[in-house]
Amino acid sequence: MSASATNSAAVPPGLAIARQLPDLMQPVKVRRGVLGFLRNNPTVAIGAALLLCLMLIGIFAPYLGTVDPTAIAPAKRMRPPSELYWFGTDALGRDVYSRVMFGARVSLTVGLSVALLATLAGLAIGLVSGFVRWADAIIMRIMDGLMSIPPILLAVALMALTRGSVRNVIMSITIAEIPRVSRLVRGVVLSLREQPYVDAAIASGTRMPMIILRHILPNTLAPLLVQATYVCASAMIVEAILSFIGAGTPPTIPSWGNIMAEGRALWQVKPFLVFFPAAFLSITVLAVNLVGDGLRDALDPRMAKDL
Amino acid sequence: MASYILRRVLVTIPVMGIVALFVFSLLYIAPGDPAAVIAGDQASPADVERIRQSLGLDQPFLVQFGGWLWRILHFDLGTSIFTNLPVTSLIAQRIEPTLSLMMLTLALTLVIAVPLGVIAAWKAGSLIDRVIMAFAVSAFSLPVFVVGYILAYVFALELEWFPVQGYTPLADGFWPWLQSLVLPTIALGSVYIALIARITRASMLEVLQQDYIRTGRAKGLGQPSILFIHALKNAAVPIVTVIGIGVALLIGGAVVTESVFAIPGVGRLTVDAILRRDYPVIQGIVLMFSFLYTLVNLMVDVTYTLIDPRIRY
Repeated sequence: MSASATNSAAVPPGLAIARQLPDLMQPVKVRRGVLGFLRNNPTVAIGAALLLCLMLIGIFAPYLGTVDPTAIAPAKRMRPPSELYWFGTDALGRDVYSRVMFGARVSLTVGLSVALLATLAGLAIGLVSGFVRWADAIIMRIMDGLMSIPPILLAVALMALTRGSVRNVIMSITIAEIPRVSRLVRGVVLSLREQPYVDAAIASGTRMPMIILRHILPNTLAPLLVQATYVCASAMIVEAILSFIGAGTPPTIPSWGNIMAEGRALWQVKPFLVFFPAAFLSITVLAVNLVGDGLRDALDPRMAKDL
Repeated sequence: MASYILRRVLVTIPVMGIVALFVFSLLYIAPGDPAAVIAGDQASPADVERIRQSLGLDQPFLVQFGGWLWRILHFDLGTSIFTNLPVTSLIAQRIEPTLSLMMLTLALTLVIAVPLGVIAAWKAGSLIDRVIMAFAVSAFSLPVFVVGYILAYVFALELEWFPVQGYTPLADGFWPWLQSLVLPTIALGSVYIALIARITRASMLEVLQQDYIRTGRAKGLGQPSILFIHALKNAAVPIVTVIGIGVALLIGGAVVTESVFAIPGVGRLTVDAILRRDYPVIQGIVLMFSFLYTLVNLMVDVTYTLIDPRIRY
């Protein structure tokens, strides 16, 4: 009953109308669409905005006041940051600002490709493992073995056997990440199989591929999406580590790990050689982690409370 | 309990076999002729042939694998192509700094991360909780070498509290040894601390909602007693699991940390081996660390039975 309706009624003499109490529950504003989702989940919004900026930097690197990132100028070696050289120049006289801007391409390409490939492969392996009983034991022993090799070392060993290239870096990190994704998918599949609606679908004669497509797959998407962001963040760090220790992208390609590796010998006298790529790498990984944490909170409220 | 431990040990053996098979067959998974890749671009056909023979690549796969496995069982990890020294003695020379670094990091992590997680769970939703969790997210996002450079710049170059680089063996005295490892330990530990603090908080939150915690409060137990004795003990299984899994982070991170701080450990050996394309050394290191990792997780599984007497498989 609204306040105006009560007020309009005749008040008997000697009585007063009680003051209206404030609403105990504020009305919930339902926000819809992508923008609504972002307003409800500011962490995702901040992370996504940062990530978008970095992607734009990667795409438009040639137009951001950069010069050729591989152009060597021995006369202008190791200049400190100035108006002309925003992030200074390295030991070969290359413009660090240009190298860092172009480096965004490598990091983002590796992160996104590994996230996509490892998720797809892990999804396929996890589905097979969760549904085909006899294959499960074999696949899971293999995954146990793969997971027993620390991921960075596995990638190092693979890279030592191939020539350094962005493609090989992506493949190596993907192989190291697959076991974790397939374990996750298998776990979800095994718990979903026990759900009554899956039993109902089986009872009503739905074929297995249809059950997987319609009942299992949609339910794996939320945890898979969250996992994919963590895979992406981890892949970026592993790529930088591989390049930093000389087992990653070839020195001709400016990647953040490479720039830091080249600055390593000189960092005590010229800290800016290491600082700028390190800062960009950290911000990028932070952006991806923010998106991941936000998505996890939004998609899995039970976990959100705990972690 | 003895039968559980025995069964757990027996399960570990095939896993180690699979690890060995993997590490060995990496040579074949990689595209192209492994001997040519290891020899490098400037190698002559004779060099390639020499490497092919020294690695036994001219023999059938199973013969090679059998021979390799047999030698591993006798603690022979092969011979370095570059130095012609046995890989086991190369690793043995370098193991002290790496083990020191990893043990110290583990100790530091347990001392810091578990209390942080407990406090965050106890004060869940408060400012302290938010600060701890914000620290955890940022530590996750800062790669080991970035933390290492920041620490080295601030505490070694600017404040001069610690040596910038290098390692002092334990034989030269405890304090110099500890001093040379303080910054690397913090750098290596940051991600690990974040990981353990998060899982401790999550696990504690679950336990703190249990009835026996309310009973403990009702009978007048003090907060520390509830948190650290009754709750933490019941929250321990997931925490111990993640401590075991996180050792992989320590191993990978040690390689990088040693590069940043110029510590002559197994990590430096790995980096040198990569630059020289010394594959037997890399293979040996990967295998050794993988076995170490498997053993740690075996110990974790055995620890379960000590923490939680209900666990009986």
